[in-house]
Amino acid sequence: MSQGTLFDKVWDLHAVGTLPSGQTQLFIGLHLIHEVTSPQAFAMLRERGLTVPFPDRTVATVDHIVPTENQARPFADELAEEMMQALERNCKENGITFYNVGSGRQGIVHVIAPEQGLTQPGMTIACGDSHTSTHGAFGAIAFGIGTSQVRDVLASQTLALGKLKVRKIEVNGELRPGVYAKDVILHVIRKLGVKGGVGYAYEYAGTTFEAMNMEERMTVCNMSIEGGARCGYINPDAVTYEYLKGREFAPQGADWEKAVAWWESIRSDADAEYDDVVVFEAADIAPTVTWGITPGQGIAIDETIPTPDSLPESERAIAEEAYQYMQLTPGTPIKGTKVDVCFIGSCTNGRISDLREAAKFAKGHKVANGVKAFIVPGSEVVKREAEAEGLDKIFLEAGFEWRQAGCSMCLAMNPDKLQGDQLSASSSNRNFKGRQGSASGRTLLMSPAMVVAAAIRGEVADVRDLIGG
Amino acid sequence: MSKIQIISGRGIALTGNDIDTDRIIPARFLRCVTFDGLGEQVFADDRAATKGEHPFDRPEYQGANILVVNANFGCGSSREHAPQAIAKWGINALVGESFAEIFFGNCVAMGIPCVTAEATGVKQLQEAIAAHPQTPLTLDLESMQVRCGDLSVPVSMPAGARQSFISGMWDSCGQLVVQADSVRATARQLPYLAWNAIV
Repeated sequence: MSQGTLFDKVWDLHAVGTLPSGQTQLFIGLHLIHEVTSPQAFAMLRERGLTVPFPDRTVATVDHIVPTENQARPFADELAEEMMQALERNCKENGITFYNVGSGRQGIVHVIAPEQGLTQPGMTIACGDSHTSTHGAFGAIAFGIGTSQVRDVLASQTLALGKLKVRKIEVNGELRPGVYAKDVILHVIRKLGVKGGVGYAYEYAGTTFEAMNMEERMTVCNMSIEGGARCGYINPDAVTYEYLKGREFAPQGADWEKAVAWWESIRSDADAEYDDVVVFEAADIAPTVTWGITPGQGIAIDETIPTPDSLPESERAIAEEAYQYMQLTPGTPIKGTKVDVCFIGSCTNGRISDLREAAKFAKGHKVANGVKAFIVPGSEVVKREAEAEGLDKIFLEAGFEWRQAGCSMCLAMNPDKLQGDQLSASSSNRNFKGRQGSASGRTLLMSPAMVVAAAIRGEVADVRDLIGG
Repeated sequence: MSKIQIISGRGIALTGNDIDTDRIIPARFLRCVTFDGLGEQVFADDRAATKGEHPFDRPEYQGANILVVNANFGCGSSREHAPQAIAKWGINALVGESFAEIFFGNCVAMGIPCVTAEATGVKQLQEAIAAHPQTPLTLDLESMQVRCGDLSVPVSMPAGARQSFISGMWDSCGQLVVQADSVRATARQLPYLAWNAIV
């Protein structure tokens, strides 16, 4: 049983009491909602005659269904329009702040809350979206919930939960050139498995994470759920405070010093006890690409697709399923696999630093013939920042499309979809069968820089080959 | 609220690890403001690909209510549409080697117990169901056993979740709402609510 970790401290501070079932009633400091998982929750509230006691602790935006080309209302997709109207109505009726399209603050929920300064250390954060783990980058306990739990948070600002165990994942050392936060988390998932984190919160510690900026930390925490961990976090430090300072909802004036002192107090103690500790070396991590249908099926760019006999028996059945679905041959290199679509965006890698890094490699190159490549900024703020820096021009000149903010082809609930068995190089987080909008569409997960490399070469490529040339 | 102690009926087996919620209900079906109608769309792409051979389409499993799966079932997206789709098809309990965390939590909130068994036990159950689809299957949360004909497999479930089913308190909403005073007391102790006002 863990003791003295940030997870333990934040959990204890937010524990309202113990329910008859033995579960903890946990106060939720920040509740984020969007159009997909909230309408049924509001309907349940109405059915039960319940109201929202803490409307000022919920913030809404719209991200999953928004078109990234024509955003004129009503949306062409009638179902999307209906969801949009439901969210607008529910927020208005319940006094909930809503960052709508065109507000200047709309975007992917896990991009906007940090950039507005809403996400802060020591909070409990819940959202009806599994990538809520992203907010753990600030030292918050943040996790995804389903719609009945969205109802519970709206109705009581609390959840009934069992406490998680805490695993410390330590990565030390400097990342090699061309290796990014995305590669670190893909490596961790590859090594610990997609169910390795079930029952755990992941604490990412060590010099590799300490050296990362906040956006890189968000990329890591974002994909905790792909490793089975409902939440992942990094202890807050000077990098966290520097990011937060001056943001709209960050503490101001005299509150700032008080806040920093409190944030320092909730860090894991030096002698904290963990349920498990795993250690990796940054030097062992290469640019990583998934070849299969789970985020754990990843390999270094210069490795070959694993053969069944090289895999543990428990992984062979899903590997066989993956070879067939992905139309890939075991024992062959992943490098050189032809790509049809290149997508940069999502709550994993749709932030300004991702776009800057992508632009660095796109500059002066052209997207290969026959490849459709597009960039979807994570938020209206990211889009504005990128345009102010001229990144949009670099992408457009290189042959990428430059779109409006949203979740887009990460899960393809909007018009952005793969067709048939197209193969996509994607900076998103899931390579599940059918994930990107076509029942036979294929997804290879990688860093934004690697997606650019694939777009330029027209095939899966090693971004390190583009460095300096 | 109803106590959930014994669930009886017939089994349906779905083999394979890491069956994610995108497969259970593809994202295009989430374009909705109610959960109605999801039962017909459950496993839509897998069913289309297998042309009537998917267990959810096969005639012998129509009317089954206990789904027996392998490891890490329900991983991926938090969408409650996934368990809602399974439930609307007719499932009201699941037995598996393991379940993804959020999927499990969603099922508890919906009153659908998910119990785990050792891989060998799950395999025995899946084979028994495949051999005799009409054999009655019973999940007993009191004795923590699944019985199928002569076969009896021990199962487990976290104590809190199990207690909430057998005492009939799985619908947490009411229990959470009545603690309003304690909730406000906890909120008052959190320093950040003062400096993080969202209006």
